[in-house]
Amino acid sequence: MDTLFGNYVAVLLASVVGFMMVMSALLGSRLLAPFSKERQKGTTYECGMLPIRRASTNVGMRFYLYAIIFIIFDVEAVFIFPWALSFVDMPGAPSAMAYWEMVIFVGILGVGLAYAWKKGALQWR
Amino acid sequence: MNNDLFGFEINIWLDAAARMGLITGVMTVVVMGLIYIERKIIARFQMRLGPTRTGPMGLMQSLADALKLVGKEDLRPAGADPWVFELAVYFVFVPVFMMFVAIPFALNWEVRVLELGLFYVVAVSSINIVGLVMAGWASDNRYAMIGGLRAAAQAISYEIPLVLALLAVAMVAGSLNLTEIVAGQGRVPLIVWQPLAFAIFYIAMLAEMGRTPFDIAVGESETAGGPHIEYSGIRWSMFFLAEYAALFLLCLIASAVFLGGWAWPLGEDLGRGWQFALTAIKTGLLIFSVFWVRVTMPRLRIDQLMSFSWKVLLPLSFVQILVNGLVLVYDWPDLLLLATGGAGVVLLFVVIDRGVRRPRPRPAPLAAAESEAVA
Repeated sequence: MDTLFGNYVAVLLASVVGFMMVMSALLGSRLLAPFSKERQKGTTYECGMLPIRRASTNVGMRFYLYAIIFIIFDVEAVFIFPWALSFVDMPGAPSAMAYWEMVIFVGILGVGLAYAWKKGALQWR
Repeated sequence: MNNDLFGFEINIWLDAAARMGLITGVMTVVVMGLIYIERKIIARFQMRLGPTRTGPMGLMQSLADALKLVGKEDLRPAGADPWVFELAVYFVFVPVFMMFVAIPFALNWEVRVLELGLFYVVAVSSINIVGLVMAGWASDNRYAMIGGLRAAAQAISYEIPLVLALLAVAMVAGSLNLTEIVAGQGRVPLIVWQPLAFAIFYIAMLAEMGRTPFDIAVGESETAGGPHIEYSGIRWSMFFLAEYAALFLLCLIASAVFLGGWAWPLGEDLGRGWQFALTAIKTGLLIFSVFWVRVTMPRLRIDQLMSFSWKVLLPLSFVQILVNGLVLVYDWPDLLLLATGGAGVVLLFVVIDRGVRRPRPRPAPLAAAESEAVA
């Protein structure tokens, strides 16, 4: 039961079943729903006006700022995960040392967060 | 390789397929039920009756809605990117469905016992952000574009407190295996040792689902529906389905990780029926509280939303992890965890209270001009 392969067979199947659920719903709609070709139906909604130009324009810089900070902290979270489960009984090293090392690691990132905060990167403008 | 299902030895593929089939059925029924129950509950909060006409007490309302949506014409804007537009629906729904693999419903009643269950859930849950961005970008609509980007910004901001809160609990439980975490809570649920982590998880969960205090991405008054604005008929209902499935699922996870799932308060002595009932009751209470929050809270502004995650939840969750580490390394009494967690919750509420009382800052002319350019 607890084989790695057996476990992730279920994960693979879950993705296939989820995919098939959506696809069957879309197919059902394809069979049941009316479809008519009409040019006006292809226009997008914009307060009743006809939209001017494509919508894919430049994107505000602030989204990138958040994305960059997010990546830093997300990678950090991935590093903390294995530590969090093994630092108490760390083989070959005293657990207190493992703990204080992580404090230093988090501290450095904390300084980074404080810097971003002070620079106003966390403020939505 | 064979597996044991209801006492029969069957092939692992068949076994997984049978279990996924069960989950599919349960999920569909629960989601349809949730939509009906939410409408009824919100109606009661607002002194209305809610759906009453379709079937006895309006019970058939979700079914009627589903039939109507299947029979509705499915439009695609002429300027939309066809592949991305179509695939976005899958990217939003499939990850939510995949998360059900690791959820324990009762003792030995889960699709699979994943050794890294909590990590798996967290990893898979963040895929549907991609779906929302795809939907927003491909729709060729400015509302959708802004909504999709806002959804992404919000989801990634609250992702980290969510992950770290779960990690803090995993430290105390000593495992990432959801089944082991639940089984370890036979006498005391983990919310007692980690109240702050629960508060952070609950808030971040609301934000991840985009439910009401945090629904700026789909806010009707701002982005007119956000990423799903150009979706109609069955495709739109898939977004809806994914949202309610995520609600069910995150509440299941919260009840398993913090409230002891099937184990608390009576451990493994109880029969299977009671274990299912315990899971259902805890999950139901959490879902009810989410509905309650929805009718009570007004929508946040986007600057409040982002600052709250980065300046309050993120530092607090890091402090929680370091405090947990300190207590575990030096083997200090567990009551210290309760004390620090409780103090953290009080601090969180003080910060929220101060934040909502602060008068709205008057926007500088420069900021106004900038936001007019492209949001």
